[in-house]
Order: sequence, then structure tokens, then C-alpha cells
Amino acid sequence: MDFNDSPEEAAYRAKVKEWLDANATLKSADAPSANLLEEAEGDVISQAKAWQLKKFEAGWACLRWPKAYGGQEATSMEAVIFGQEESRYDLPPSIYGIGHGMLGPTIMAHGTDEQKERFLPDMVKGAEVWCQLFSEPDAGSDLAGLKTSAVKDGDDWVVNGQKIWTTGAQFCRWGMLVTRTDPTAAKHAGLTYFIVDMEDSGVEIRPIKQMNGASGFNEVFFTDVRIPDSQRLGAVGDGWRVAITTLMNERSSIGGGGGGGASIKDLIKLAEATEINGRPAIEDGGVRRQIADFAVRRSGLKYTGQRGLSALSQGQTPGPEASIGKLVAAIMGLEMGEFGMELQGAAGILSGEDSIDPTWQQTYMGMPGLRLAGGSDEILRNIISERVLGMPGEPRIDKGKAFKDIPSGTAR
Amino acid sequence: MNFDFSEEQKLLQSTARDYLTEQSSLAHVREVFEANAGHSEQLWKGVAELGWLGVAIPEEYGGAGYGYLELAMIAGEIGQALAPIPFGSTVYLAAEAISRQGSDDQKKKFLTGIAAGDLVGTLATNEKVGTLTEASIGATFAGGKLSGTKIPVPDGDVADFAIVLAKEGDGLSLVIVDLTAKGVTRTRLDSLDPTRSQAKIEFADAPAERLGAAGEGWSVTQDVQTRAAVLMAFEQLGGADRAFQITFDFMMNRFAFGRPIASFQSLKHRMADLYADREVARSNCYWAAWALENDHEELPQAAASAKISASDAFDNVTVDMIQMHGGVGYTWEYDCHLFYRRAKVLSHTLGTTAEWREKLVTHLIEDAA
Repeated sequence: MDFNDSPEEAAYRAKVKEWLDANATLKSADAPSANLLEEAEGDVISQAKAWQLKKFEAGWACLRWPKAYGGQEATSMEAVIFGQEESRYDLPPSIYGIGHGMLGPTIMAHGTDEQKERFLPDMVKGAEVWCQLFSEPDAGSDLAGLKTSAVKDGDDWVVNGQKIWTTGAQFCRWGMLVTRTDPTAAKHAGLTYFIVDMEDSGVEIRPIKQMNGASGFNEVFFTDVRIPDSQRLGAVGDGWRVAITTLMNERSSIGGGGGGGASIKDLIKLAEATEINGRPAIEDGGVRRQIADFAVRRSGLKYTGQRGLSALSQGQTPGPEASIGKLVAAIMGLEMGEFGMELQGAAGILSGEDSIDPTWQQTYMGMPGLRLAGGSDEILRNIISERVLGMPGEPRIDKGKAFKDIPSGTAR
Repeated sequence: MNFDFSEEQKLLQSTARDYLTEQSSLAHVREVFEANAGHSEQLWKGVAELGWLGVAIPEEYGGAGYGYLELAMIAGEIGQALAPIPFGSTVYLAAEAISRQGSDDQKKKFLTGIAAGDLVGTLATNEKVGTLTEASIGATFAGGKLSGTKIPVPDGDVADFAIVLAKEGDGLSLVIVDLTAKGVTRTRLDSLDPTRSQAKIEFADAPAERLGAAGEGWSVTQDVQTRAAVLMAFEQLGGADRAFQITFDFMMNRFAFGRPIASFQSLKHRMADLYADREVARSNCYWAAWALENDHEELPQAAASAKISASDAFDNVTVDMIQMHGGVGYTWEYDCHLFYRRAKVLSHTLGTTAEWREKLVTHLIEDAA
């Protein structure tokens, strides 16, 4: 039992470090971590594109992809090692996670040769950024309840409807869109998957202002957008199967580190700087137990991650325990935010520059979002109980009916 | 990297499971429980013959000379079987204390005796209700004699010898006492889980010999308990896994409102949370096993984290085990209470989770400084 690189891994890591040292600068120790719920903007986009091109030219882009599509056919562990080392450098945030991690593999699995040749090389080089258009106002956890329609007209499809929670829509060139092409078919059978031009005049993008004031996502409206049939991915009516390919590639690492940037050390510093009953809060038994409880969950998540990496390193698939990461991390993050505010007493409700330490309130305001993003707590518990443990699903009343006959959305 | 147990270690685990399935069935655990027998002599002899008592004891003292990773595998199986034997007291505590601090003569006598299955040992620390502190120790060692009272002592009524924390001059020392000698009076106590018996031991000028240096008793006790906590956490995790599996099997086969109760979302979500608790505990246990095997400086934090999370995982699953079973879960006849009792006893063994949280946070604060 060890955490050491194998000789091959160590050699690869040295090679990665050598290239990164020559092409980037290390982060300072107190640099803030990137926030999932904040959007990348402006200059950052061109910097991110430049960095991706540089990686491509040096042979470090889309490491796990086949060489035919511009990848390196590296092992999972090599890709992890590159990611670990890259995260130590001061670099623009990645805007390619969804494209490279989810959408590229979907095109490889279901695309025609023409589609692969047209889209994959520019995706690897980073010249074109991609977004995912799945969720709708009436179809979130129940994704197959989506209603955006696509109607065949000659060689084109005409799309009308609305998507939501789209990260990066405003700077993306292409989107992956799931539509309903047959409302008289059963719920999962009437869907079709397309590649859509985000610069089409019928596509309108509006940022969503979140409850914490930030805007990390968009709504995207489609009005008579024409998509050529050559941009259909997979067969008509087979969109659910294609969408599942995308979702299976969704990175399980959202929030895997746990707690939204605030560390146990930060919490201890805060408890040393605040008082309870005229004594430093860190001397209070309740405070001490709570900090220990957070630390136990944090280390549990950290070493769950190490178990997964270990499986990769041994050439195996990580075990199902990886599925607890976001569930445990987001709930604990919310609790840590609340606890940090509580340590500040009445001043805990002061925000921004009026706060002595706004991290905790920001965490408190951010974590409800993380508890929903990429699968709500409840959906994750369904996944663990049904797919990991093998418990039976709920009885369904929407099976075997035409989609148009199934109630959906919010009754008014 | 390979942050996992080896194939050989996993094979040892599966061999241990096969043996305990035969020799430590829940029916056998219940026999020992209802007879108030303290432990199963038959099972103790069996595990001694298999060499489990000496897994981590060096070969020169009759052991197998493996490491803690192998011992952790066996500990997990002892836990999942609710094995009614004084394994932890003897192997995690007594043998460990003597391996760490014993003279060559002491090792020859006690480690060889433990490995052969001839000696049952335990560690006797507590005297007063509440948290164990240096100031709470009243037992006194002087001139080769020990006097005082220890309560409760795990497996104290079945052990052949005890390692006792006692005052010596101005400090605390550990001493080894033959519990069958003159001057020792033992009383079996009623306790939550009679398969892990507890005793009061009174010493009146009982002959004793020091283990390790004078005045080092407190720090050695902390060290030994920290190391034992790692193995105990594996035992707790094993118990949690078994309780979870029994509950799961029941839910899949119990029908209500025309469906298996395992199909109800309110119950599935609780099982998902219990799964998460166990995986958090398992990962902390792996970290702690790695730290113990490598004598790593992170051991105190890793051991505390493993003990806390495994205690919580075992406690939580047994509370829900009864609830998920419904009325039958509350009967004497069903096995739920055997798990519920064992979980609580183990979470009080080597210090409560509150005590381990305090130890952990003390280390965290030192690290943050």
C-alpha cells in the first residue's frame, strides 16, 4: 500500500513538469481557487484559447483521445498526472471541460466520419468552444421530459424552445442539443440529438442571475433555428441513447475536493481570531468537535479520491465509492459556511468589504447551487441506491405512454 | 501508486471470512451472549491454531511476522462476524504494548504466549467515570507491587495478564500483572454486550513488573491506543458492512404496499447516506493503515479520523438497521440488537468518539500554527 508513482508514472510526471516549467509559472500559495459557479469572461477566453493551442502544439492536449482525432492515446493515469501538475500553475481557467470531457467522446461514439473530421480537430486545438444544451425549465432531474421541438423541413430541422443552465453559451461556437422530434412517441423514444451553431440569429443567450448575485450559467432561447440534417448526431428518435453517452462521460469530480475552497486550516484560524464567552472560540468544546467532524469528512473524501486514482494507476476502473464525492462535499460545504458565519456572531451577516472574512458567507450562498449542479443530492442518492447498491426503482407512471399525454413541469 | 490492499492480503481476508462464517455464525455469537460466557473458548483456540493471534508478531517470538495490513484484514473479519473473542484486547493492545516497549525477556514470555494462544492479555487504564486523564489515575506501583482498582477493564475477567497504567513516584508507568496471582480480585460486570465482557479488577500488593521506562506510562498508553485504534476501526468497519448487508437483504425481500420496501425512495436515500458514511470511514481506515504500516508522522490524525468515522458508520447503520426492520428489529430473537450493542461497545472502546475528536482537533491546531 503506497502513494508512490510507479517508475513509468514518475518519468511521465518529470516530463510534464519540465514542459510546464518552461511554459508557465507556478501559482502563489494563497491564490484563490476557481469557482464552479462563476463565469469566465473576456480576456480570460482568449488566454484560455492560447494556452490550449500551446498544449496542442506540444502534444499535451486531449491526452486520452485517439491520435486520429488529435489526442495522444495516453493512459487515464497519465491524464490525471498532467491535470495534477497543471493545477499547480497560474493558468487561465479551463473552458474546455464539457467539450473535451463529454461532447468530444459523444461525437466519437455516434458521429459520422464527416462530423468527426469537421468538429474534433478544432475542438482539440481549442479554436472552437462547445456547450451542452440539455436541461430545460420543465426538465432538470427528469431530463427526458424535455420539450424543445425540432420539426423536419426539407433537408433541415426547425428548432423552437428553451434550454437552461448552459455554462459558457456566450462564448461557444457550437452546442450539443437534445430535442423532441416526436411528441406522440413514448417519452424516451421521441428525442433526437443535434449539433447547433450558437452564432445562428435565432439563438438568443441570456445570463441567469443566481441568488448569490453571480452569473455562472445562461438561458438559451431557440426561435426557428434551422439545423441541417447533416448536423444530426445519431438516428432520429435515438437522442436519449446519445445523451446517455454524454452523461456517462460527465466528470464525477465536480466538488470532489469538498467544501468550496475553505479549508480546515482557515476554519481554525477563524476560531482562533473570534471569541465565545470571552475566550477564544477555538477553546470551546462544541467548536472543537465540529472542526474535528469536518476534518474527518474532508480526509475521508480525499482518500476516497486516492482510492480511485489507485485503481486508475493499476489499470482498473475506479470503484463506485467515487459517487459519494459531490454529495458529501456539497452538504459539508454548506455546513462549513454556516459554521464560519456563526463563529463571527452578529457580524457573520455582513457581506463583501464590510465583512472581516467573507469566505464563509460566500460559501453559504454558493453551496445551495453546488448541491443542485451536475445532479441534485436527491438524484445522487437515487444513483447510489439504484445503480451502486442495486435497489429497485420507484414505480413509474410515465412509462409506455405517449409523451404528449404525460403531465410535466409546474402546475399553475 | 497502489493505495489498496494486495491480492495476498485480500486472499487472507477471504480465508478469514470463510473460517468465521463456519465457526462464528451469528447463532454461535448468540450462544455466547445468552450463556453470558464472556467469550468462546472454542473459537479462541481455532484462531490461535490459524496463527491469527501472531500475525503481526515477529517470527522469533512465534508469530508470522507479517505487518499491520494483514492484521487489519483479519480485524475487519472479526468485526463482521461479531466474533466473541478477546482479540482486540490481546492483539491490538497487549501484544502491541509489549512489542513496542518490552524487554527481550518480556517479549519472549508474553509475545510467544500470545502467538501460541496460551495467553490472553488486556490493557487496564480507566478508574473513574468520564474521560481518561493523567490525574484520574490512582493505582500505585512501588517496590514491585501494584495496588488500586481498574474499572471497566475490557475482557478483564478472561485475561491471563494485564498491562496496567499506574502511578510510580511522581509520574505514570505501565506495569505487567499476572491476573491469576495473589492480590488480584476480579469481578465480571454487567455490560451492554456480554460477548465483549468487562470486569472490575482490584489489586492489593499484587506482584507486577514494569513495562518500558518509569514515568513514560501516559505517553506509551497514548501511543498504543492510537495504534490499536487503527485496527479497531477496521473491526468497526467490518461490523458496519455486515449490518448494512443484512439490512439490505431484508429490505429487498420485505414487501409492503405491494412493493419491496427497498423500492421506497425515503428508505433508499437513507441507505445511500449510510453507504457514504461507510466509504468515508473506509477511506480514513485505509489512510490509517498506511500510516501505521509505515510509522508515518500522520498516524495520530489518521488513526483518530479512522476511529471516529468507523464508530459513526457502525453506530449509524445499526440504529437504522433496527428502524428498517420495523417491529421485528426490536425483538430479542432478531440479530439487530447484537449489532447495535457491539457498535456502541466498540465506539466506547479505546476512548469515546468525543475523546478522539478532541485528540484530532488538538493535532489539527498544532498543524495549523
